[in-house]
Amino acid sequence: MSKDRASRRLPILASIVFALMLTIVPLPDYASPFRPDWVALTLIYWAMNLPRTYSVGSAWIVGIVLDVAHGTLLGQHALALCFMVYITVKFHLQIRQFPLSQLTATVFALLALYQFILFWINGVAGVHAAATTYWGPVLTGTLVWPLLFMFFSGLRYRARASS
Amino acid sequence: MAAAPTDNQHRSPNTPALGLRVLLLAGLSILLLVTDHQNNHLDATRKAIGAAVYPLRIVVDAPISVWRWLGESTASRNELRLENSRLNAERLLTHARLQRYAALEAENTRLRAMLQATANVRDQVRVAEIMSVSANPFRHVLVVNKGTRDGVYDGQAMLDADGVVGQVIEAGLLSSQGVLISDPDHALPIEVNRNGLRTIAVGTGEYDRLDLPFLPNNADINEGDLLVASGLGGAFPAGYPVAVVESVTRIPREPFAAVSARPAAALNQVREIMLIWSVSDDPETVVTEAGTDE
Repeated sequence: MSKDRASRRLPILASIVFALMLTIVPLPDYASPFRPDWVALTLIYWAMNLPRTYSVGSAWIVGIVLDVAHGTLLGQHALALCFMVYITVKFHLQIRQFPLSQLTATVFALLALYQFILFWINGVAGVHAAATTYWGPVLTGTLVWPLLFMFFSGLRYRARASS
Repeated sequence: MAAAPTDNQHRSPNTPALGLRVLLLAGLSILLLVTDHQNNHLDATRKAIGAAVYPLRIVVDAPISVWRWLGESTASRNELRLENSRLNAERLLTHARLQRYAALEAENTRLRAMLQATANVRDQVRVAEIMSVSANPFRHVLVVNKGTRDGVYDGQAMLDADGVVGQVIEAGLLSSQGVLISDPDHALPIEVNRNGLRTIAVGTGEYDRLDLPFLPNNADINEGDLLVASGLGGAFPAGYPVAVVESVTRIPREPFAAVSARPAAALNQVREIMLIWSVSDDPETVVTEAGTDE
């Protein structure tokens, strides 16, 4: 059982690590405000589908790692991801039933909440940034969500078929 | 998959605990935020987690390194010859300049000795390679591949061939994070090279612009003036070029002139930076404080 669980967790951990890598890949100046929040998107997907295993605790730990990688205040991304995943887990039964279009709209709202918490903490701490740096990731994140969703669902379907 | 049904079976007892967990974690986050914002007690924690992120950075950087290596190793003979001759010419030129500089330095120490001024600061330089730049648009931060193992310390100045790039804010064991002078939270003490007028250059969040917000309307500053680090505050050694004044707008009804400058270093194009160690006989001339705040 435990071996089975480990083999099931490994791909999910790998997806989160891969999302972290995409977050620190250097991008040209004009593109970097529009980098999707890969980590947030990945966490939304897993929290929505496996809320028992991937809930606020794992989101918090990933958030702390993200804070260190970004060099932001320790706890900023942790708090934002934690709240975002909380909402996702709280309503995961409803969210799961949504058609893709409605799901994408929900993801937009979740990402906006995430960016708002970041914005709020930045404001309290006295860090100022242009508006695109907040809206860019929300828009591109919403745009890539359907692709990411289909990609992950395809992987899970395949894993289920093989086991 | 087996996960979905187990999820549903166990969820109901889990739901009330979820809110509690979120509250606890939120409280912990806010505690961390406040502690981190007010002092640097959490540096050790940050370094430990940073060491865990280091392998990720290497993996991310690997394709870029391989690409550069490929580019270098497949460059044609003609290109290499051209580059070689260009570098040779450049070397001759800098060598000539250096000779003059040596004479000037000797003269300077002599004059200083006559004035009984503080001991002159000699600088030691080491090249570090940049691993990643600005993962976060809110902060202009870069990561270099030298850490405390190589003697890097918090607050150390970083330069490139043209001027000041920034300073180290977090020296890890194997890699360090540095903040660029264009970061909106960064300010550095400078002086106008032409007349020694001292002021402060503040980052704007744009790579090619610094603001000089504290100059009165009648200040003697013109477009094209070179701004150098003044050495006050201790973080940056004096005399290194920082920026060139780009525009000076004097508004009569405002107390301060609007002055903006273009950084001398190409902040978004650097690949290698130089870390500066100030070597001095007088311990008081080197202050190693992390002065990232204004």
